[in-house]
This record gives sequence, C-alpha cells and structure tokens, in this order.
Amino acid sequence: MAAAVVGQQWVLVEMVQAFYEAPAYHLILEGILILWIIRLLFSKTYKLQERSDLTLKEKEELIEEWQPEPLVPPVPKDHPALNYNIVSGPPTHIITVNGKECINFASFNFLGLLNNEKVKSAAQASLKKYGVGTCGPRGFYGTFDVHLELEERLAKFMRTEEAIIYSYGFATIASAIPAYSKRGDIVFVDEAACFAIQKGLQASRSNIKLFKHNDMADLERLLKEQETEDQKNPRKARVTRRFIVVEGLYMNTGDICPLPELIKLKYKYKVRIFLEESLSFGVLGAHGRGITEHFGINIDDIDLISANMENSLASIGGFCCGRSFIIDHQRLSGQGYCFSASLPPLLAAAAIEALNIMEDNPDIFQTLRAKCERIHKALQGISGLKVVGESFSPALHLQLKESCGSRENDVKLLKRVVDYCMNSGIALTQARYLEKEEKCLPPPSIRVVVTVEQTEQELDKAASLLKEAAQSVLN
Amino acid sequence: MANPSAVCNGHLHHHNHQKQNNLLKSGISKKNGITKGMKKNGVSNGTLYKKTFIEHFEQAPMYVAVFTFVGFAVGTIFGYLRDFMRAWGLEKRNIAAEREQQKDFVPLYQDFENFYTRNLYLRIRDNWNRPICSVPGPQFDLMERVTDDYNWTFRFTGRTIKNVINMGSYNYLGFAETDVNALKTVTIELEKYGTGVCSTRQEMGTLDKHVELEKLVAKFLGVEDAMVFGMGFATNSMNIPALVGKGCLILSDELNHTSLVLGARLSGATIRIFKHNNMQSLEKLLRDAIIYGQPRTHRAWRKIIILVEGIYSMEGSIVRLPEIVSLKNKYKAYLYLDEAHSIGAVGATGRGVVEYFGMSPNDVDVLMGTFTKSFGAAGGYIAGKKDLVDFLRTHSHSAVYATSMCPPVAEQIIRAMKCLMGLDGTTQGLQRVRQLEKNTRYFRRKLHEMGFIIYGNDDSPVVPLLLYMPGKIGAFARRMLEKNIGVVVVGFPATPITESRARFCVSAAHTREMLDTVLNALDELGDFLHLKYSRYSKSAHPELYEESRLELED
Repeated sequence: MAAAVVGQQWVLVEMVQAFYEAPAYHLILEGILILWIIRLLFSKTYKLQERSDLTLKEKEELIEEWQPEPLVPPVPKDHPALNYNIVSGPPTHIITVNGKECINFASFNFLGLLNNEKVKSAAQASLKKYGVGTCGPRGFYGTFDVHLELEERLAKFMRTEEAIIYSYGFATIASAIPAYSKRGDIVFVDEAACFAIQKGLQASRSNIKLFKHNDMADLERLLKEQETEDQKNPRKARVTRRFIVVEGLYMNTGDICPLPELIKLKYKYKVRIFLEESLSFGVLGAHGRGITEHFGINIDDIDLISANMENSLASIGGFCCGRSFIIDHQRLSGQGYCFSASLPPLLAAAAIEALNIMEDNPDIFQTLRAKCERIHKALQGISGLKVVGESFSPALHLQLKESCGSRENDVKLLKRVVDYCMNSGIALTQARYLEKEEKCLPPPSIRVVVTVEQTEQELDKAASLLKEAAQSVLN
Repeated sequence: MANPSAVCNGHLHHHNHQKQNNLLKSGISKKNGITKGMKKNGVSNGTLYKKTFIEHFEQAPMYVAVFTFVGFAVGTIFGYLRDFMRAWGLEKRNIAAEREQQKDFVPLYQDFENFYTRNLYLRIRDNWNRPICSVPGPQFDLMERVTDDYNWTFRFTGRTIKNVINMGSYNYLGFAETDVNALKTVTIELEKYGTGVCSTRQEMGTLDKHVELEKLVAKFLGVEDAMVFGMGFATNSMNIPALVGKGCLILSDELNHTSLVLGARLSGATIRIFKHNNMQSLEKLLRDAIIYGQPRTHRAWRKIIILVEGIYSMEGSIVRLPEIVSLKNKYKAYLYLDEAHSIGAVGATGRGVVEYFGMSPNDVDVLMGTFTKSFGAAGGYIAGKKDLVDFLRTHSHSAVYATSMCPPVAEQIIRAMKCLMGLDGTTQGLQRVRQLEKNTRYFRRKLHEMGFIIYGNDDSPVVPLLLYMPGKIGAFARRMLEKNIGVVVVGFPATPITESRARFCVSAAHTREMLDTVLNALDELGDFLHLKYSRYSKSAHPELYEESRLELED
C-alpha cells in the first residue's frame, strides 16, 4: 500500500518536471489543442441547429419528389353500384327495371301517392304559376306562399306549434342536430341510427355516446355514468346540453324504438329527445302522425321530430316540427335551411296535396298495416333467410341466417335472390350502405317495401317467389 | 394583364391600360384587385390571362369604419339596456319560452348567443324572408306583411305588392319562367313521372331521366362523365368526404360557401385556409404543406385538394383560375371548382369560369355546379374524368343514402341546357348569355359612375354595393321596397362586421327599363342615405369611359 503511494507521487513529480523541461512550442501547441477541444464542445449545439434548415434547393427537391395519391382509386368494373338498375318511366306500382316490367317492392312509396292524379294536378297548377326553381335561399326571396302553407299544414297535421321545411330529406336531420348540439355537448344515440343522423352528429362535433340498439338498460347505464361525471364537475354540467337521438322506425333494422321508456328516461335524467321519423311518418298511428300517435304519447314530450317528405308523401324534401321555442332557432341556424335554395314550389304543392289525401282517407294507414302484417307473416320460415323488423313496418329486411364467410359473398348471394325475383316480375333491392363509413354496419339484407297499392295476391306472390328463390339459390 | 404582349385583343389592351392609369391616378387603394395583378403574384400571370381581369375592392374612407363601429356600439348598448329592462319586467318579453316541465333542463340556448339576433337582427328582420307569391322572374309579387310588435311577429294583410323588380334571385339567365311553351316538356314529364322518386340512386332511384341528364351535362361541359344530385348544398357536403379523408390536406379559400366548409369538415381531412383569391397565400401553403408534411407525424400528405368557387356570391369576384391551375400543376395538387354561381352566368356560351378564361375543362379535376341558379331548377352536379364519376357513383353519400332528383326538375335542367347549347334549334340561349353580359356591364358601369363602392369583377353578375353602417341596411332595403324594388341586404355575420352590403343579381331577363328604374332609385337613395363613398372620380376621364363602353358592347 505504502509502496504504491510512493510510486504515484514519484510519477506526479516527474510530470511536473517534464512540464518545466518541455520546449515552449510544445506547450503552446498543447494549449491550442485544449482551447480547440473546449471550442468544439461549446459550438456543437449551434451546428446542429444550422443543419436542420432546408436550403432552397432541398426544398425544390422535396417538392419535386412528392407524389400524391391519385384523386380517386380505380373502381372495379364489376362493382355492384356501377351496374345499378335503370328504371324507365315512373317508379310506381308497376315499374320497368332494366327493360323488364315488375311489381315494385323497392320504392318507399308507402301510400302510393307517387302516381296520384290529384297530387299531379296540384303540382301542375303550381308549375304553371311558379315555374320550377326558386332561385334563392329562404332568406333572399326564396320563401314562397306555398312554403308557408306547407309548414302550417305540417304543423297542424302533426299537432305541433311550428314546422320548418328543408329542400332535401337527408339534409333535414343532418342540419337540425348541429343547430342545437355544439362542441362539448353530449348526444346519446342508438347505434343503429341511420347515416343522416351520423353525419349530423359528426357536423355537431359533440361528444357522442352510442348505446346498444333499442337497449334501454344500456342507455340508462350511460346516463348514470354521465350523472356521476356531472357531480364531479357541476359547473360544466350546468352548460352541457344532452340529447337522445333515436329513430321512430329504424331504417336499418325495421325496428320500432321503445318511446314510452325513453320519455321516462328523458325526465329522469333531463335529456332532450330528437326523433327521426322518416319511415314512421305517414305510416304509424291511426292518422299517420307517426310513432307518437302509435304509442299515444303527447307530442310535446318530444323536443324535435324530423322526417322526410320523400317516402309517404312521395315528394322531395324534409321537415322538422315541434314547439316554436325549438323550431324557430333553425331558421337562422339550420345550415341546410339557410344556405340552400328552397324547395321547388311544385314539390311543396305536391306535399300539401298528399297531406290532404292523408287527412281525407285515414283508413289508408290501416290498409297499409294489414298488408305489412300479411307479408311479414308470409315471409316467415324461408330457408336460409330471416325476417328482421316489426310486423307493421312497411320496410323490412331479409338477412341471411348464416353468413357464408365474407360480406362480399353474402352480398353476391343476396343479389342472386334479388335477380331471381326480378326475372319473375318482382322488383326488389338490397339495402345499400357505405361499408367503410357506417359506424355500425348492418349485415347485408334484401329490403322489402310494402305499399298500399300492392294487392294481396301480389304480396303472396312476392313471398312465395322469395321462398322459391331462397330455395334455389341458398341450397 | 399587365403584360401588353399577352393581350391578344388590341383595343382591349388599350382600354385596359387607360383604365389602370385612370384608377392609379385617382389613388385608390386596392385590397385584391389591380395592384396585385400588376405585381404578377406567384406565377407570371401576364401570359396566363387571355383577357383583362379587373377586380375592384375599393376601401372606404377611414371615417366610415369609425362610424360603422359607433353604429354597432350604440346598437349593443341599447341591446343591453333592453335586455336589462326585459329581465326586470319593464319591457314585454316576446321570446318563445321553454316548456314549464323542462325548466330545469340545461338551457337549450345560451343567453348571450342570441344577443345579436334578439337586439340587432330583430330591428331589421323585415328585410329578409319576404314571402313571394309568383315566379321569381325579373319581377315578382310580394305578400305584404306588417308587424304590430316591432318585428317579433308578422301579420299578412292579404294584399300583394305587384310587379316588384327582382334584384335578389339568382335567376341569371331568366330560366325561372312560366311561359307555357318553354315549360311544355316539363309539364309532360310531370304528368308522366309525378314528383317523387322514393328511392336512392343505388337502390331503385336511377331513372332514365337521370341518365339522360347526366349525359347532357357531360356533353355541355365537355368532359367524360357527370353525376347529378338532388340538392346543390348536399352536392358539396356529401361528396367532398368521399374524395378526401384522413391524411389529406384541403386548401380552402377563406370566403368559400358553407356547403364547402361543411363538406371539408365532414371529410376528416386537415383544412388550411388561404386569403381570398390570393395566390401568394395559396402558394405558400402549398409549398409548406409539401415540404413539411403532416403536422406532428411529418409524413407526406396523401393528396392535396384546393377548394375554390367560380364566382364568390358575397364579393362578386371571379376566381383566378389560370393562376390556380398553374399552381396546382406545379405542386401536383387537385382542384375542386364550385361553379354554383358561375355556370351559365359567365363564359361566351355560358359554360362557366373555365370558358371565361379560355381554358380546357380538363384543367380542373372536379367540376361542381348547381342547377338552382342559372338553370332555374334545383340540385347539383359533379363532372370530370370517368374514373372520378365512377368512384362517386359507388362512394358518394348522396348516391347511397339520399333520394334522387325529382324527374320534372331534371327535365327543367335538360330544357334549359339544351336551350343554352342551341339544341332546341334557336339562338335564344346564346342571346340570354349575351344579354346577361350586357346587363352586367351596364349595371356595374352605371353604379361606378354614380360613385358607389361596388366589389368584384367587371364581368360578374353578382354586384355587391357597400353600405357599411348597420343602420343603413334596414333603411336601404325598406326604401327600395317602397320604390317597388326587391333587394338583398347582408350584414354581419355573413360579411365582415364593417362591410355590410346590398347585393344585386343581374339577370338576362331584366330589361334596360327595369335596370334604369333601379339605377335611378339607387342614385336618389345613394344621395339620401349618403352611400356614394367612392373616391374614384368619374369626371377625370369621362370620355375614355364612354369609349370603352362602346368597345365592350359591340
């Protein structure tokens, strides 16, 4: 130990001696080297910074290099949507699809008003007086007396304070939702909700909570969760609006929504209800007022009802109705209302006449219901296909009992069933979806649409034909 | 336009030069107009423009802005005062109230959100939504309405105000008409098809009428294919999301229509805004986007799409298409052009801004337009390469989920388009386009001469006349109605807060007498309301002005 210490000391002494003995140039050189190292140490960071800036030439190279994707990917020539049916002439009870005459089980012409002479002559009279287009949005001389009349008539028909019309069915609920629900608000929505609702929710940028289709327990669970959340932050809760968005009859499933339970939840958790009734308006209830009449619910309990005029009324456009306190807000905030040209007057006149017919013949709804029930019953027990939807729904779905593996193959299989029926004079169509865009994509299905114009024989024929087709295609 | 060699037409060039000097001498500051053009912004536009491109955005004197703010301040102060009085029960509350049973719900509207509507908009609410009861042609009949409670509610008197000159409807070519002969085919189709379709394009809603219309639209525009949709607004909002998505960049003009904004938002793509019709701003965004890629991840953008309109409906400006096309080619971006107001309204044969600039429709990737305006119908189209249209047929939200176009409406478009193309065997369509051009030039020139500040391009049938102060909006529209002229007035939030304006839409159906009536009324009212803010003195070179007029109208 001691020897080692002595040895070290000796080395140190020698070093100091060597320092004194070294020539001056050597020392200077070493000094410069040390300074250089220090300089390098400190200058390093600056160099890195400089290097990250792109020179103009590099930028040009980057721009030159960039290759965008094509604007649209190529579409395979055999894509089902590219080879759609072409209807010659009016899509009424008897329809000519791709040159073949069929009985129409595909168009949402529930009340058969599409070809109604009275409706047509009302539209003709309007055409004579107003021409076709309105050449302006509602605010800028696009409000016609017929629009005001139609709004009044719809409000009266639905027994609400006010109604507002849109010029496109899809834009109705898609504009109504973002008019009220904003960023930070919460919307509870059924996962089977149609695409228009989905787009409305997306435009609103609200907080979206999906509950299982028609599952009130699941909805209540979400509401309770929100309640606990609210207790944590009552200040935020005081300004967070809440909505439940449901459909009367679901477009994608043909189911009815359990409205009485929803009303209970509404008052229990203080949530407003928006109801989409495109399929149930002019169908359900003794006077066709929709699901509220069907359940005998006070219409004022629903905050907003929206429906399109493209199904039962066989016109174009849509409407919202409810109390003035709510509806009037859309006149300045409904985007599809304010920023779009208004509904062509002849279409408004047609809708008014269609309402007249509905009011004059309330038994038409009973007839429709009987026909729906008839075909619903007749379609039971088809091998390989199951009926989805309420027995009184005018649009029901036939789904495969067992999928054959991939969606693509299922669609092809169903197409063969549809083609089989089409060849024998029954026009049907598959329900089409944008597969990548849908939040919860429904399984592929054939949609069967019932109208009052179909006779009992035709309904039976359609059912037996479907049975036959399923037998030959699926087995 | 600043480069003389580029101007093919000799006398046009001559006129242009004089006009520039003229304007420069008078020392007008321009936001976006001539001064920019001379600077050759971004790309050298001297060789790009085949004709003169003049846009005016004259700024008002300083005191006007000051008084405008004072006007808003006074309105706001009184608004607060009256809100206070309403809260204390000193003034009657007319606002529709929440249901008793739902009083304890979270309020549907925040009180301050509606402050502007309740206290400022309400004062002049009678100037909007005026109901009409006739065809929206060059003249229309208005339903007279009065208010007993200061615009909270309106009551119809049952009388009609007959033959009001219509300066508000987008009836550029006068196809909003009730002439029995013109509507003959529409009547026949209505009888045949009825009004509805009751299905979507992909299910059972593609009628032979739609196929016919689509072929005609493609032929009219000179492109491979086209697809039509039932609503103009939805054409944008339901198709842009099909074209772009996450990882894509949308470059959008700051003054784009709500439908484009909504479509862009629904697409999920990143949106960046460039200054209105400003090519430097656009080029900078393009360069930066390609160089730096997506924010945070720095991956390259999948694609970049530029959204612009042909004619901007609130500014009356025409898109700088030649420059945009050269930028888009240089940076490999795509161009989506919304011709809602321009299709039919500009171009030698009414084929929109593409024709106006003498360009090929293939220069634009997505040609979109509406049938609501020039064609007097409803709906919209998207046209372009077959690949694009095929893709939309399969992926457009509208094709899958929305009811297709009403057949008689489709027939109205067909007949108007055939008329424009001369397929009806007459030159009537071409005459309408010429007449619109003449009317536009005449109307704009006269307003300039009177000393009003008007915005936009000399060739744009959309003519905004600046009113600035909020108090003048109501006064202007009411007094014009007293003179039997229906005008459109717009204020905040549709325009910047200091730039309230009246907007005229010139139509081919307006006769010279009608325009003169309007101009005389404007002249009178302009003095009365002190609206002639322009510092551009017409007396400087009156003789040149006359000369140019003759040249342009021959």
